[in-house]
Amino acid sequence: MSLLDIQNLTVTFPTPRGPVNVVDGVSLTLGQERLGIVGESGSGKSMTGRAILGLVRPPGVVKADRMAFEGQELQGLSDRAMRKIRGARISMVMQDPKFSLNPVMTVGRQIEEALRTHESLPRRALKARVAEMLEAVRIHDPERVMDLYPHEVSGGMGQRIMIAMMLIPRPRILIADEPTSALDVSVQGQVLDLIDELVRENGMGLMLVSHDLHLVGRYCDRVMVMNAGRVVEVLDAKNLHAAQHPYTKGLLAAVPRMNETRAELPTLDRSQWAST
Amino acid sequence: MGFDMSAIHLKDLNIFYGDTQVVHDVTLDVAAGESFALVGESGSGKSTILKAIMGLAPDWTGAIEVDGKPRSHGPDRAFSRQCQMVFQDPYGSLHPRKTIDATLAEPLLIHGLKNRDARVVELLGEVGLDARFRFRFPHQLSGGQRQRVAIARALALEPRFLLLDEPTSALDVSIQAEILNLLKRLRKERGLTYLMVTHNLPVVAFMCDRLAVMRHGRIEEIASAEALKTGALATPYARELYRLSNPEETAEEQP
Amino acid sequence: MSPKTTGLSAWLTDDAPASRAQANLGRAYDIFRRLCRNPLAALGMAILLVLVICAAFAPWIAPYSPIGQDLPNRLLPPSAAHWMGTDELGRDIFSRVVHGARLTLLIVGLVAVISAPVGLILGAVSGYFGGWVDRILMGITDIFLSLPKLILALAFVAALGPGIENAIIAIAITAWPPYARLARAETLTFRAAEFVQAARLAGGSHARVIGLHILPLCTSSTIIRVTLDMAGIILTAAGLGFLGLGAQPPLPEWGAMISRGRAFILDQWWVATMPGFAIIVVSLGFCFLGDGLRDVLDPKSGDKA
Repeated sequence: MSLLDIQNLTVTFPTPRGPVNVVDGVSLTLGQERLGIVGESGSGKSMTGRAILGLVRPPGVVKADRMAFEGQELQGLSDRAMRKIRGARISMVMQDPKFSLNPVMTVGRQIEEALRTHESLPRRALKARVAEMLEAVRIHDPERVMDLYPHEVSGGMGQRIMIAMMLIPRPRILIADEPTSALDVSVQGQVLDLIDELVRENGMGLMLVSHDLHLVGRYCDRVMVMNAGRVVEVLDAKNLHAAQHPYTKGLLAAVPRMNETRAELPTLDRSQWAST
Repeated sequence: MGFDMSAIHLKDLNIFYGDTQVVHDVTLDVAAGESFALVGESGSGKSTILKAIMGLAPDWTGAIEVDGKPRSHGPDRAFSRQCQMVFQDPYGSLHPRKTIDATLAEPLLIHGLKNRDARVVELLGEVGLDARFRFRFPHQLSGGQRQRVAIARALALEPRFLLLDEPTSALDVSIQAEILNLLKRLRKERGLTYLMVTHNLPVVAFMCDRLAVMRHGRIEEIASAEALKTGALATPYARELYRLSNPEETAEEQP
Repeated sequence: MSPKTTGLSAWLTDDAPASRAQANLGRAYDIFRRLCRNPLAALGMAILLVLVICAAFAPWIAPYSPIGQDLPNRLLPPSAAHWMGTDELGRDIFSRVVHGARLTLLIVGLVAVISAPVGLILGAVSGYFGGWVDRILMGITDIFLSLPKLILALAFVAALGPGIENAIIAIAITAWPPYARLARAETLTFRAAEFVQAARLAGGSHARVIGLHILPLCTSSTIIRVTLDMAGIILTAAGLGFLGLGAQPPLPEWGAMISRGRAFILDQWWVATMPGFAIIVVSLGFCFLGDGLRDVLDPKSGDKA
């Protein structure tokens, strides 16, 4: 059974020039697999992830024919019921750990907090789970790191702490929205490998939202390419380079290569230049 | 000093922010007309070098020479006609309350240049922006369009040197391709010398002739773009960066 | 809507303005439209419009002279002949209130024109340069801030002598420090911005960068703050007038009018109440407009409307 089943998802925002569909009729299913959602800014890829978690703020309006998590319809759930799912059952890792961690709370406390809101455990068991989780994200001295404040850790470690925080309630689905674009290349690989390993070990579903086709191709089973709120095509990651759609092909070709010989990079035809 | 053909000459450059030293003993020469890249991870001091050359990081020791003339420790008017900089963030580098016209006319106004209206229109054309954009405000433009405006502003004084600080890292790949093409074309047409900071090795392969790999404020290695393309880098750190930004699978699967 | 106005509004909201003037007018029009959509701000604007009209056409609006005494008709209650009654010298209170609008507008206008630029410039200079410049300028600002406004104004008026000009100077001297603080805080967020660096790299002097790049960004928050402070300025002016240190009789200043009416407040309530009412309405008008401006100009609350 699929973990997530979404049919005809639409997210609409009012603008002075009338309502705009930021996400426009997206359908997708997610099983125990790794699905990549790729697109450029404004393609609606992040908004799709947010809509699933009920994080679209008014005046945005989310509509879908069906939006089911493990068979349970998410639309129309009370805020309270949604909070129980969000975090505990479906988690999200955001782009920049600097903005996602509370600066005046130690790392350990924040992870504890994430666990405590969903499960009640005795103090000692709580500590043990946190330490275990930090070790799982390859932080080797959890006891020390638990007492650090977010500004005392590096970007890569901050992102690993975020992952620990998101995975400690043992969710079924992890939505990672550009989890590494704020990090250096040397750390990017580590963080993605880690997400990959944890997702596979726990039989979770991963939704990796990114602008980087190659990266998504490397870490996902299937890739969904979006443009202007719509799904352009869905491909097996293996066949990424055999993409048919001109948009996907254009995106792939626009990236400079290491053994670059082209004098000029091919660009996408943007006939709607003026649109902001 | 400066007996060679070097257009930008740095010797034993040490740069400080307060009590911390961010750049250690950097020596490098960029030839006239060359496109040179400074590559490294965040905190490697690569952007700081650009700032020191421009006079925005005044606390340095050693020597900086541009076009044979030593640089002072602050921005100055004469230098600004010779060398300009393009910033990373297209959202932060344009004044939010000024029209594109005002932004582009500003450097011309400061230097008392004539024919400002004609020049502004010409600059817009050169960076591939329609004249309709002239009286818009930055918030009415996309990231790529703003970066084009920032490049046009840098070109307004017709400098011979352009320092580029991660000019495309905040942009989408398709927009990045457009901006890189634009920069490449401008260099060819105007015979510009580029000193570019980036963390993206494939961009270096496309844009640059040589690169310096930096780490913890020091230069690890200076290599040619040819060496980069074939992976023939000398130091372990540079090879590691190469490996990370050129994952085997994707490289091999490309036709 | 007539075709002409639609043409004008289309010209103002054009996405690709063809001239500098059109771009700037378009921006002003956008702000104005959004203000009109906010009911309280529209009410505030209407009140202030009435104030301005009263001030501009006072001699034509007021049925009687504001200083002409008519002793047989003293202390008459409001009636058809005297809408707000008459005071102890038989002067028509409505006429005095209408003429008082001139004084009020003069006071708030001059105070704003003197204190806002002083505060803005000091704050921007202080924030831009930092270091010892900042410490000295902010030290001075803090000294002014630490004293209660009205007391400080009183001290200045006492030193300069009573009178409306001196009251304006005194209020202006006490009003600038908050603007300096505000401008400094704003400047700190911009001074490391890349567009400021770009202006420096183009060869722009410090004065140019502060004047043409930083100050324009501080003005919107200062305009909001000044508008909200107008109520306080009116009250301070009225307070000085009430204490006999501001406008001198027979000038129809609202605070001074209340002060005179105090003697009869129990039997002839209208003498003190009518100018008091005018003060409240105008203060509210400024507050409403200030709140509306904050919603419109503050980028953080930008797209709420």
